[in-house]
Amino acid sequence: MSAPLYPNGFLSENAGLAIAVILGIAFGFFLERGGLGSARKLAAQFYLTDMTVFKVMFTAIITAMLGLFWLSWLGILDLAQVHVLPTYLVPQAVGGLIFGAGFMMGGYCPGTSCVAASIGRRDGYVHLLGMIAGIFLFGEVFPFLRQFYNSTSLGPITLPQILGVSPNVAMFLIVAAAIAGFSLATKVERWAEHRGFPSSKGNLSTHP
Amino acid sequence: METNILGGSTMKNDAADGLKDVRIQGRMKTAQRVGLSWIKSSTHEQPYWNPYQAGVGIGVVLLAAFVLMGRGLGASGAFTSLVAAGVDTIAPQHVHSNTFYENYLGSGNSSPLKDWLVFEILGVIIGGYVSGSMAGRRRAFVEKGPSMTSRGRMAYALLGGLIMGFGSKLARGCTSGQGLTGGAVLSVGSWVFMVTVFSGAYATAYFVRRQWL
Repeated sequence: MSAPLYPNGFLSENAGLAIAVILGIAFGFFLERGGLGSARKLAAQFYLTDMTVFKVMFTAIITAMLGLFWLSWLGILDLAQVHVLPTYLVPQAVGGLIFGAGFMMGGYCPGTSCVAASIGRRDGYVHLLGMIAGIFLFGEVFPFLRQFYNSTSLGPITLPQILGVSPNVAMFLIVAAAIAGFSLATKVERWAEHRGFPSSKGNLSTHP
Repeated sequence: METNILGGSTMKNDAADGLKDVRIQGRMKTAQRVGLSWIKSSTHEQPYWNPYQAGVGIGVVLLAAFVLMGRGLGASGAFTSLVAAGVDTIAPQHVHSNTFYENYLGSGNSSPLKDWLVFEILGVIIGGYVSGSMAGRRRAFVEKGPSMTSRGRMAYALLGGLIMGFGSKLARGCTSGQGLTGGAVLSVGSWVFMVTVFSGAYATAYFVRRQWL
């Protein structure tokens, strides 16, 4: 077992930063390729006419999840050294609801607003400014939110642990649910278009 | 309706549209002048990739981050480093009395901007620019639904960005850092975050429909 490389001392700090730029370029490239630099395409997810956000996100999660599993099974990667984000149940749920409402209003999430700005969307620039202001606002009120922010701490707990099943079973269920979800999403798109919901599909120049 | 790359419609081209075309054309030229000439800019807007193709691409990038770095991707963290660095420059005392900012300042031996996510986000901006240029999608305009004014859309973008930025910090990450990264390692909080993000957005969609539809 030698991977992950950086925590095991195979890479210098500067090599790590170079990797950050390279992986970032690929990340931004694929986000834009999928159409996630377009606010109307992102928003269409929530008017049911274009489920691209759901399809891209869950395909990416499953790809990385299965990749981690196979590399660990082959003995290449030590999963114990892959950082699992700790869970703070209630603040994360409340944060998610706030985030979702802001996403719907602003039209982007943090990563996609960078992509939108990079291809000239002026609402993308403004969205980035708003996000910086929002983070600053959070920082300023943090002393008052600190207790809530650290509440309902469950540690680095995973879905198989909390469901009491083996990781393999959990992964199988997630893949099965995603495949069913993809098929359902396509059906919903067709239904919404049939109902005459405005669609964001096709050439984006239609409403510049 | 037939449309051209600069955003004007070729079938219905009234005075306002024409004016907008000229403005967009000017910006395009500026963008091309300052743009990187080695990137072959497409003059024809190409269709997006199949979502599963883009998803596998992002998944492989995320997997590479785990294998090489032992960590995943992120976005909001880079901007938190930026905010912490900014506040530290203006009011260093203020930063050191606040553990939220302090966590983003690092060891103090180097700039808080010498951070993995800051470099990753610089890459994201380059990658988006390259892809958008190659596909003929790099154009300066405000993206919105047909019945929304540009000014209104800008106000929504600013306010939405603010709310989203606040929420991302309460949730300890965004759709990249929590959604994709935490999702792939099956973190419970990350899956709760994703479910609540989608719920929050679906619940808000009706109220902002004028902006998009």
